[in-house]
Amino acid sequence: MAQLNIKERQNGDVTILDLSGKITIGEGSVQLREAVRGLLDSGNKKILLNLGDVSYVDSSGIGELVSSYTTTNNQGGQLKLLNLTKKIQDLLMITKLLTVFETHDNEETAVASYK
Amino acid sequence: MTETIELSIDSKLEFLDMVGSVTKSVLAKMGFDEESAGWIELAVHEAVINAIKHGNKHAPDKQVDVKFDIEQERLVISVRDRGEGFDPSQLPDPLDPNNLLNPSGRGIFYMRTFMDDVEYSPHPEGGSIVSMTKNKQSSD
Repeated sequence: MAQLNIKERQNGDVTILDLSGKITIGEGSVQLREAVRGLLDSGNKKILLNLGDVSYVDSSGIGELVSSYTTTNNQGGQLKLLNLTKKIQDLLMITKLLTVFETHDNEETAVASYK
Repeated sequence: MTETIELSIDSKLEFLDMVGSVTKSVLAKMGFDEESAGWIELAVHEAVINAIKHGNKHAPDKQVDVKFDIEQERLVISVRDRGEGFDPSQLPDPLDPNNLLNPSGRGIFYMRTFMDDVEYSPHPEGGSIVSMTKNKQSSD
């Protein structure tokens, strides 16, 4: 079974990736990177990562979220986070990354926040 | 009285889950609460990744040893690699505004955050060893 399952859907002009499983070193991180790059390559630049069903993230996974964020920004897009679990929120907070990411706990509010 | 559990793995990331399972069992046996156990498991995971990746540089014939010393009031976890050693004081600070967007460099920071004590030392027979201590009281 894949470490990380990724389902893609649209809400208005925002592409949402519903992630479930683990974003850890190796397969999980690579899957996330490829999914985000794939969206950017096909011109989808409003990206919302739904992390509600992500059970485990390590420092590589956090690093991959950061890479996805900077890659998207560099291509003129916006990447935001939806439904952080307490664990992910803690990991982002203690490394001051909550100051970097825009995070939401409501999908409609998140979608409406894109310019 | 100290009880000891020790395991050795080849430098393969696919063995991380196995180390995770043993870590979980040790933490459950010691009665750590679920949240503390999750953070300790993450610290061990990060230490083993560092040993495989930075210490042994993924050389499959180099081993990583993980040792759990279970005491009444604390747990000491030691992870030894067969690498050339490094000076953790030379690592960039992940909280420095210039480093916030670095894709890597947070593993040891998480280990230090979630454990009560983290010490690096050279192993007398080669490689380096990181010893991480968690007191039971601090997790209550």
